[in-house]
Amino acid sequence: MSAITTPFPQTPATWKLPYRGKVGMACLIIAESAIFTIFVVAYLYYAGKSLTGPTPREALETPIFFTVCLLSSSLTMHLASTLLARGKSGAFLALWFLTIVLGALFMYGTAREWHRLIYQHGLTISTNLFGTTYYSLVGLHATHVTLGLLMLTIVLLFGLAGRVGREQSARIDVLSMYWHFVDAVWIVVFTVVYVLGR
Amino acid sequence: MSSDAMAIHQGADVGSRPWVETLHGWVTTVDHKRLGILYILYALLFLAVAGSEAMIIRIQLMYPHNSFVSPQVFNRIFTMHGTTMVFFVGIPVLFGLANYLVPLMIGARDMAFPRLNAFSFWLTALGGFLLYFSFLGGSGLYGAGNAPDVGWWAYAPLTSRAFSPGHSSDYWTISLLVAGFGSIGTAVNIIATILCMRCPGMKLSRMPLLVWLNLVVSGMVLIAITPLSAAQIMLCVDRYLGGHFFDTQAGGSATLWMHFFWIFGHPEVYILILPAFAVLSEVIPVFSRKPMFGYPVMVGATIAIGFISMSVWAHHMFSIGMSSYGNAFFVLTTMTIAVPTGIKIFNWLGTMWGGRIIFKTPMLFCIGFLFNFLIAGLTGIMLGSAAFNWQLTGSYFVVAHFHYTLSGSFLFGIFAAFYYWYPKITGRMLFERLGKLHFWLFFIGFHLCFDLMHIPGLLGMARRIYTYEPGRGWDTLNLLVSIGAFIQGIATLIFVANLIISYFKGAKAGNDPWDAWTLEWSVSSPPPAYNFAVTPTVASRRPLWDLKHPEDPDSRYE
Repeated sequence: MSAITTPFPQTPATWKLPYRGKVGMACLIIAESAIFTIFVVAYLYYAGKSLTGPTPREALETPIFFTVCLLSSSLTMHLASTLLARGKSGAFLALWFLTIVLGALFMYGTAREWHRLIYQHGLTISTNLFGTTYYSLVGLHATHVTLGLLMLTIVLLFGLAGRVGREQSARIDVLSMYWHFVDAVWIVVFTVVYVLGR
Repeated sequence: MSSDAMAIHQGADVGSRPWVETLHGWVTTVDHKRLGILYILYALLFLAVAGSEAMIIRIQLMYPHNSFVSPQVFNRIFTMHGTTMVFFVGIPVLFGLANYLVPLMIGARDMAFPRLNAFSFWLTALGGFLLYFSFLGGSGLYGAGNAPDVGWWAYAPLTSRAFSPGHSSDYWTISLLVAGFGSIGTAVNIIATILCMRCPGMKLSRMPLLVWLNLVVSGMVLIAITPLSAAQIMLCVDRYLGGHFFDTQAGGSATLWMHFFWIFGHPEVYILILPAFAVLSEVIPVFSRKPMFGYPVMVGATIAIGFISMSVWAHHMFSIGMSSYGNAFFVLTTMTIAVPTGIKIFNWLGTMWGGRIIFKTPMLFCIGFLFNFLIAGLTGIMLGSAAFNWQLTGSYFVVAHFHYTLSGSFLFGIFAAFYYWYPKITGRMLFERLGKLHFWLFFIGFHLCFDLMHIPGLLGMARRIYTYEPGRGWDTLNLLVSIGAFIQGIATLIFVANLIISYFKGAKAGNDPWDAWTLEWSVSSPPPAYNFAVTPTVASRRPLWDLKHPEDPDSRYE
């Protein structure tokens, strides 16, 4: 049969396709959004349907400071990746580290809140519907933050070893897409749990 | 490099290795073709297992008051049959075909993320293993044979600790969760491959329809499988951490599980049927010797099906008592989906119309598909109207309907794919006589089984009952249905025998046995590890037509 090496009549002058990392991450974000949607729907569906206490109104305190921490970590990460694209590795590492600190602060906030809920209000995942839906939704998000922090730390370690330069910029952008997504999810979770759910 | 040189190089590459090394090569492979084959073999293995389970069901229902299996075993068998067929036959075979064919059809070297590809396959494999391990580990060794028995929907509260003691339901949950993650990984991979790895000139508007349909399917997988994963996580929380998501005693809702399950469950039906559409869209043009009729409309109809299928799920739940607005909405969306599906059927007919049709086995299965799918669609419209549905939901009419789509349509499409691409994958043709025998036996068995199955349903026979009283007019019908099922079983055995015999004795296929037009036929059979020695460039939807007919290329008209 005819071989593929036969030259075809026209080769397009420019043939540029999107970067696979970004497309892959975008797909993962779509899939993750669907998972979070189901948990949010369950939270809203069961809001106010618990048969026993404690209720969200009694137990929850709005974590404004830690929310600001998490949201500003998106900003520092954006600045960090912009700096990396310009080749400023040192400034990149400093801001990257700050991002990790802000994310870790947020996790500390979640830990403190859970501790308070468990020991002061006696609210666990099996106490009532509020406990079940609250810990699942917030826990799912916290799992994502933890995973993100792990990946960020790996990049930090590589950065300290001097292995993260401008040529890795596209990959760092993929990771930052994930981090921005996790932050955006927190805005939804925050609104649902601390604003609408009370 | 000429194709002869490739063949020699390949022979030297895989010729004389010890079997351990070959096995190691297959287990650690990240090659899309090998992973595709692994997916397909894995699906065939489970097709045999789930097929045997179907035979057990039909033996039990052959006569009234039969006691071939106990009621408990019957529950396990139909649960395992449904779960296996959907998750470990349907999804692996569609991903196997996509894995093997998509990179070849778009002129790529491999998938976008080869290692993710291998990871996803082994996750799916682990899922199937976990599901069947429940036979052993469901309640420890004392409870051997204790597989999940909650039905493939696993409605609450059947899955609560009180009604599902032991671990069999947990194996079901974890198995689907793990396999679901595998599916998401592969879907991400397929989309990234299609969007980022196309060869120069392969615009979206020039992609083969199989690639287009797999793009849509993968998009649907991302949105539809994930609700199931989320619901399985909730079920785990309920069963292990004492949560109350689906615990009605604590204010939880059984209906919510139904919604979550069917938000997954109905798009899943389209996730399974679209790859069969994809096969038809490749096979029918080649065996009608005409280009696809209405290519842009086919793409549009596919995307429309993808969207509409996300909004029809509650037509599985008319009998739970939704508001009349809810019922009306889901009736209307369900009816709407008949429009793009109808467009597809007309386009396939339009492709065949006036063509020089070649009645080889792949084409026979496609034509069989058209008949079966039309009837499946018609009973679908009947069941999609709420008033009719109230009478027949949960009856054998429903069972007959969805086996028309899954067996009569999905499986027919997949069989067509086997006969069409087997020469490409193995380098050998499947025997045509055995293929025709397979087709006619399966076709006759299928119609004997599932045409008649509608009638006991209309007469009131509920699905999932393990036996029935004599003298209700169901006896003869059930016997005939069972005979039809056995004929399908024999036909499938002939198919498997054909696969094995042809691998050793089949005629050499050559690069392009069907005189086809897509890029996979331009390379040797089986394709070399690197797929294309030179990255191809395409200028039309039928690049091989352009190569074979330089005096009258398609690119002049598109």
